[in-house]
Amino acid sequence: MILIKDAYVIDPAQPYEGPAELLIEQGRIRQFAPKGRLRRPPKAQVVEAQGLWVLPGLIDMHTHLREPGFEHKETIKTGTLAALRGGFTTVCAMANTNPVNDNAGITEFILRKAQAEGHAKVLPVGAISKGQKGQELAEMALMKDAGCVAFSDDGHPVQSALLMRRALEYAAGLDTLVITHAEDPALSEGGVMNEGLLALRMGLRGIPAQAEAVAVFRDLALAALTGGRLHVAHVSTAEAVNLIRQGKDRGLRISAETCPHYFSLTEEAVEGYNTNAKVNPPLRTEKDLQAIREALRDGTLDVIATDHAPHAPEEKAQQFDQAPSGASGLETALALSFALVREEVLTPMQMVEKFTTNPARVLGIEPPALREGAEANLVIFDPERAWTVNPREFLSKGKNTPFEGKELQGQVVATVFRGDLRKWL
Amino acid sequence: MLRSKDLLGIKELRKEEILLLLNTARAFKEVLQRDIKKVPTLRGRTVVNLFFEPSTRTRTSFELAAKRLSTDVINFSAPTSSLVKGESLLDTALTVQALGADIVVIRHGSAGVPHMLARVLRASVINAGDGTNEHPTQALLDAFTILQHKKAIEGLKVAIVGDVLHSRVAKSNIYCLGKLGAQVRLIGPATLVLKAFEALGTEVFYSMEEGLRGVDVVMTLRLQLERQGRGYFPSTEEYFQKWGLTRERLSLASPEVLVMHPGPMNRGIEIASEVADGPESVILEQVTNGLAVRMAVMYHLEEMKKA
Repeated sequence: MILIKDAYVIDPAQPYEGPAELLIEQGRIRQFAPKGRLRRPPKAQVVEAQGLWVLPGLIDMHTHLREPGFEHKETIKTGTLAALRGGFTTVCAMANTNPVNDNAGITEFILRKAQAEGHAKVLPVGAISKGQKGQELAEMALMKDAGCVAFSDDGHPVQSALLMRRALEYAAGLDTLVITHAEDPALSEGGVMNEGLLALRMGLRGIPAQAEAVAVFRDLALAALTGGRLHVAHVSTAEAVNLIRQGKDRGLRISAETCPHYFSLTEEAVEGYNTNAKVNPPLRTEKDLQAIREALRDGTLDVIATDHAPHAPEEKAQQFDQAPSGASGLETALALSFALVREEVLTPMQMVEKFTTNPARVLGIEPPALREGAEANLVIFDPERAWTVNPREFLSKGKNTPFEGKELQGQVVATVFRGDLRKWL
Repeated sequence: MLRSKDLLGIKELRKEEILLLLNTARAFKEVLQRDIKKVPTLRGRTVVNLFFEPSTRTRTSFELAAKRLSTDVINFSAPTSSLVKGESLLDTALTVQALGADIVVIRHGSAGVPHMLARVLRASVINAGDGTNEHPTQALLDAFTILQHKKAIEGLKVAIVGDVLHSRVAKSNIYCLGKLGAQVRLIGPATLVLKAFEALGTEVFYSMEEGLRGVDVVMTLRLQLERQGRGYFPSTEEYFQKWGLTRERLSLASPEVLVMHPGPMNRGIEIASEVADGPESVILEQVTNGLAVRMAVMYHLEEMKKA
């Protein structure tokens, strides 16, 4: 039994924002007392939460857990522990493992492994195409039955417009979601950072913003054609934001996410050939960063996801154009997003929505909530606590962060998953 | 005095540093004209040439420059070293340092590799060409060659012709000539000479007839023939007809024009033979001057570390 006293609760599912106390028993929220006081049961462990925020457990729609196949980068065990450390009690595991999660057998393996060793709930994302090769559809219906919540060839853009059309049609019939990694591979070929003056100065081949915009435009057109549910992953450009905003105005069933690095950093972070700032899509310009922030504010971007992409140190120690793309993101996402609250881009409620009710709505799953009877998944967050990002303290195997040494404010102090309390500080 | 133990690019140098290197190169050029072309300046030091891309000219030039300064020189090249056994770049560089290298000269197909090594090595790193980023000693020897014929670089009109986009030589020259006060013009097809280069202080021309008018120096770049298949230009025939340096086009330039080329040349593609071998050509002088400039760079990097 756990009693959380004097908390400040932000729960978009109810919705409720204000002081409250919670009693957790047998993995569930037994009592929720808004503005009220709960009597302390004799055996309860008491968590004094004065000055702390209590939020429903966060959902990360975009996580690379790397297992099976790339256990030197991350495992289901370490990835879900890092998730928990960052306040996430649910993560969507992307399909670009080895073998690819393109059949129900792999989906079942991931779920079994998560059940046995996981520290948070894992929702697998299945591949759109067999082997993510973009040739023929993977067995989406059987994977959905096995537990996949969405389908994506993330990491490998679907090159054929025809295959994307079929995927959206087929998914519409299954009432499931297609997540597009929006990148025109011909336009981005060989590119390793944002195209522009800085790339020219560094002698690196650029990826134009239009590589994203062209792909977003195509997939929005195909969503309109098919009636399929489309979610745009890791939006990085002003152009893509504008297209998504127009698509929503036209009434398309679309949603979109961005990641903390796209609203916190610009291409300048790669200066000095910093491979930890090499991500795909690449970090863009100040204009894009401002457009992403505005789109989060006005709701064009529904979700903040991490695109947690852990890599081994020796992989990131290679020359810039050879090093793999991606940043370890689970353990910094909430503090980076909280900066948007401090800068009054988002209200606290809006920020929490982008990590809880919005991804739940997009995925078609039950939203995490702090109401009585709900599974006890929650995060306790100290909005006053300042800290410095030190990747050596990450619980993820992936120490690759472009935020090393950065001073952040707001830290997860404890996470409760299915009633188990983990104190971090 | 140089400010860094490494020569990573012209971008990183100040004008005074460039002038210092060019001045010292003049003294070393005099040494190279003596009967005994060797000085004991860096005796006991070790220079390692770490070449991850095939190169004969640049590697030989660095090797000879190092020998003229009485250093010991070791050549590492990709096909013969453990690089093919999958050893990482950093491990190779650290191994070279453990052998006692004072200066590591590196050429690599990826931009930024010299910067990466410079951060972990105590030894000096000289960039001998990194991807499409920079080739600083080439720009220094080009500036030196110009100064052997012109009183100053300030105010000169210099045209760089060809595949600027993929040329580290062009990039280093844009920075170097810009810092020394020249007006740099870039000429070539719009796929290879991007308008964006104007942000680096250059003027972009798509026509030779317009761009060459009145220039004091023409630098033609080697056209990498594999670009043709990549859609940057339709054919080498069209390229030569529109952007090849011919005698007729050269007559549009100043009467005292210098013709330069970093080599190796594709005769009949970017430059007509009669121009390459003509009286305006200083192409072979560039090669000789490369030795003097590289000696100056090694000398000043060692001086910097002493201080």
